[in-house]
Amino acid sequence: MKATVFILQRLYHDRSAFIGLVLITLLFLTAILAPLLSTFPDAVWDFNPKDRLLPPGTQYLFGTDRMGADVYSRVLFGARITIVTAVIAVGVSLLIGVPIGLVAGYYQSWVSELLMRVSDIFLAVPQVVLAIAIAQTLGPSLNNVILALSLTYWPWFTRLVYAETRSLKNEVFIESAIALGAKPWRVIVFHILPNVSSPIIVRTSIGMGFTILTAAALGFLGLGAPAPAPEWGRMISESREFLPEAWWYAAAPGFAIFLVVMGFNLLGDGLRDILDPRIRRASREHN
Amino acid sequence: MNTTELLDIQDLVVGFATDRGVAAVLDHVNLTIRQGEVMGLVGESGCGKTTLARAILGVLPQPAAKIGGGRVLFQGEDLLTVDPVSVNRLVRGRKITFIPQDPYGAFNPLFRVGTQIMELMKWNSPRVTAQELETSTRVPALLQRYPRDRYRADKAAVIDILNSVQIPEPEKAMEKLPHEFSGGQRQRLMIAMAFLPQPDLIIADEPTTALDVTIQAQILRLLRDMVSRQNISVLFTTHDMGTAHEICDHITVMYAGQEMETAPTTRFFAQPAHPYTVRLLESLPNRDREIREIGGEIPVLTEVPSGCRFHPRCSVASDVCRRDRPDEVLVADGHAVRCHHPVEPGAAS
Amino acid sequence: MPTVVGLITIVFLISHIIPADPVALIAGETATPEQVEELRTQLGYDKPLLVQLGRYFVDLLQGNFGTSLFTTRPIIDDLSSRLPATIELTFMAMLLSIVVGIPFGVLSALYRNALFDHVLRIITVSGLAIASFWLGIMLQLLFAMRLGWTPLQGRFDGFPPEGITGFLLADALASGDFDAFGTAFSHLVLPTLTLAFPALATVVRFTRAGVLDVLQSNFVLYERAMGLPASLIVWKYILRNAMVSTVTQIGLLFGILLAGAVVVETVFDWPGIGNYAFNSIAFSDYNAIMGFTVWAGVIFILVNLIVDIVHAMIDPREIRG
Repeated sequence: MKATVFILQRLYHDRSAFIGLVLITLLFLTAILAPLLSTFPDAVWDFNPKDRLLPPGTQYLFGTDRMGADVYSRVLFGARITIVTAVIAVGVSLLIGVPIGLVAGYYQSWVSELLMRVSDIFLAVPQVVLAIAIAQTLGPSLNNVILALSLTYWPWFTRLVYAETRSLKNEVFIESAIALGAKPWRVIVFHILPNVSSPIIVRTSIGMGFTILTAAALGFLGLGAPAPAPEWGRMISESREFLPEAWWYAAAPGFAIFLVVMGFNLLGDGLRDILDPRIRRASREHN
Repeated sequence: MNTTELLDIQDLVVGFATDRGVAAVLDHVNLTIRQGEVMGLVGESGCGKTTLARAILGVLPQPAAKIGGGRVLFQGEDLLTVDPVSVNRLVRGRKITFIPQDPYGAFNPLFRVGTQIMELMKWNSPRVTAQELETSTRVPALLQRYPRDRYRADKAAVIDILNSVQIPEPEKAMEKLPHEFSGGQRQRLMIAMAFLPQPDLIIADEPTTALDVTIQAQILRLLRDMVSRQNISVLFTTHDMGTAHEICDHITVMYAGQEMETAPTTRFFAQPAHPYTVRLLESLPNRDREIREIGGEIPVLTEVPSGCRFHPRCSVASDVCRRDRPDEVLVADGHAVRCHHPVEPGAAS
Repeated sequence: MPTVVGLITIVFLISHIIPADPVALIAGETATPEQVEELRTQLGYDKPLLVQLGRYFVDLLQGNFGTSLFTTRPIIDDLSSRLPATIELTFMAMLLSIVVGIPFGVLSALYRNALFDHVLRIITVSGLAIASFWLGIMLQLLFAMRLGWTPLQGRFDGFPPEGITGFLLADALASGDFDAFGTAFSHLVLPTLTLAFPALATVVRFTRAGVLDVLQSNFVLYERAMGLPASLIVWKYILRNAMVSTVTQIGLLFGILLAGAVVVETVFDWPGIGNYAFNSIAFSDYNAIMGFTVWAGVIFILVNLIVDIVHAMIDPREIRG
């Protein structure tokens, strides 16, 4: 608890990280309060042909789309999809990747080698490519996208945790814990894990941003939640045939993506500066 | 011995901006080096000797370091106020050269040693003509060419000096990369590079600290030989009294950013006048004497004691010591001390 | 090499194990149950798994990726004919990122915390937050549709120049056809900018960090103390050190570019393998997608291998150390 307060205080001083925090808070609030904030809470799924493709105005803040639905409201509801996707995908990746990394790093055996080789394969290929394959196999739906993303992001956590665990294992305090008779799982959970938590947190934040972009790309390609779900990537894809006239149709969801990802990136950078003042080269990777 | 003053530092004040406030790293420091003199600058870690060396060279860490006052007179001109471009071109690397503490780090690991040495010679060779100096102010550095004939002469001089610092097969050595040399060899290269421009003053910042003890002795001997042959002045910083004793003509001791005493080497060891010097010498291990500690700790430079900064740990400190920084008092020829209560000659055991 | 094997195995797992009925997927949505069964025996999906895995490897090694549903051509032909377009685009984007990114990164480090640095940092952070496809669409909107400065999409108008390389720019130059060169170039502008943007941001960030790091090093201190001109120290020495560390990032860059290529090619209707993947998705052309995955994976691994070799060559510490 004290640590959280400390972090929040430091974040407040780092201007850009604070902006990131604000943006993300806005995202969560928007998702939760969407029905309250939107102007047409029920009309998100409406079919309103007489009002199709209207430019932004007082009634329709961001204009309407090809179905006549209010783009503003759809973007707001789309925030829910975005959050759910990001949180679950990154969360599952975490739950898979961190334990594997801990175990592989702690026990130096052929199992570790095998595990790291497997995660290397996943890391060898851009995430989108594999995600497309998985999502296509399973069929276009939101759940499948989330699954595809989880299955392709876990190696990032594994590699990070593996490297940290290996170097920590040589530290004196770990050796003394083992010498005092602590069982392996206790050492891992109570001694190693707390020390690995900082890089994990940083990577989680950056991973959220990255996952949102990938999810949007999958949505754009047609692999995400099917119509009429207000998924941001899909909305942009739909808008293409109505350009250049209906520019708001493409601009609004894209800008939302931008703000959200920007928020997570800024926060992640800020967290990294706070939690890891001597920036280690190994963990300063993109994505 | 030539008694003209080559370097005269007057009242130099340097502060570093840190998280916890301004660290007063150098407090009105005076230092004089004469032509042909090897001046040792001794003191514990953090006393400011490296900062002083870097201030003379003009390479204080930016943007943290701020010069708060004082003059650095070199051959009569204040390096702090003269046009920086001409200082860079005419003084640095030519009249004042540098031997750093870390011989490996001083080389760029990606370029051959020969390339780096010849780069220095391109700019700082004693054979640079006045005309070249003039064009160098007009033409961008990256486009300047190295005249063929001077290149040959310079290269010959380099091979020559590499031989005298005992680098085997100099021609081949030039083609090697820095990591292919041992620590001792790299330091010899650094020494060679410091002498090549035929400077008036060499700033050697703890040049033997990073080396093994046996190599240290060799390097010191080499340095001493080369210096004595050419009447070059040296500012030699070190925290090792033994080294200072071996190579220096004159020693200045610093504590917490203030210079305490300066004396010719023999007098310094035989008849120290400053309480700090006395305690420092006493603390050296000696077969028939126990090491006596100096009680207390070096002050944190963001919260320095007032007046004489040694007063909290000094056995003879009085009120005036806490109030005012002592002025320089001449104890004997070439021997000055900044203390309100200097030790009487013969009183130190 | 083992990575490639692993990759193929994983793709096999994805395509054969995960789906409830892989054959149905391959046959497509319009196939009848009888057709599916026929296909099953025909393709050997009724054999034990290990046998299937073996056959899969053999097939791939022979270049048999299956046939595309919507082009009805062998997939490998489709992929190889579209590869040059993707390579041309990716190469130009890489070039842009490095040629513009490195100097800006260096300047950003030198003028740390100045206005220039701040502005650049805002741009680079944005660069990593903008969805590529959205950026492409916005650029199209502005430059192609509203201003009419560049063509909207595609790689060329009319008949492309004769050529052996398949790289239109090179071919046009080779045959001296400057009109063709101009057309090819104008079609390249927007896609390259779009694709390069996140990569450019990454290059600037890494170069900046690398230069800041190098600025602290002892040899910079030494060169300054010995009076070497500042511009020389920066552009001859520091730049070299920064570039060496940037080269190690090229593999990473290529990953970003390849990932982006899929959507960027789709937006600009660029006839490369990324666009092919998109069409295959739209048509549920299952084999084509798997073929694309294997291809993209192998190319990526290959590029990284080349980068490792090049890095060993330019960093002298590696060879002799």
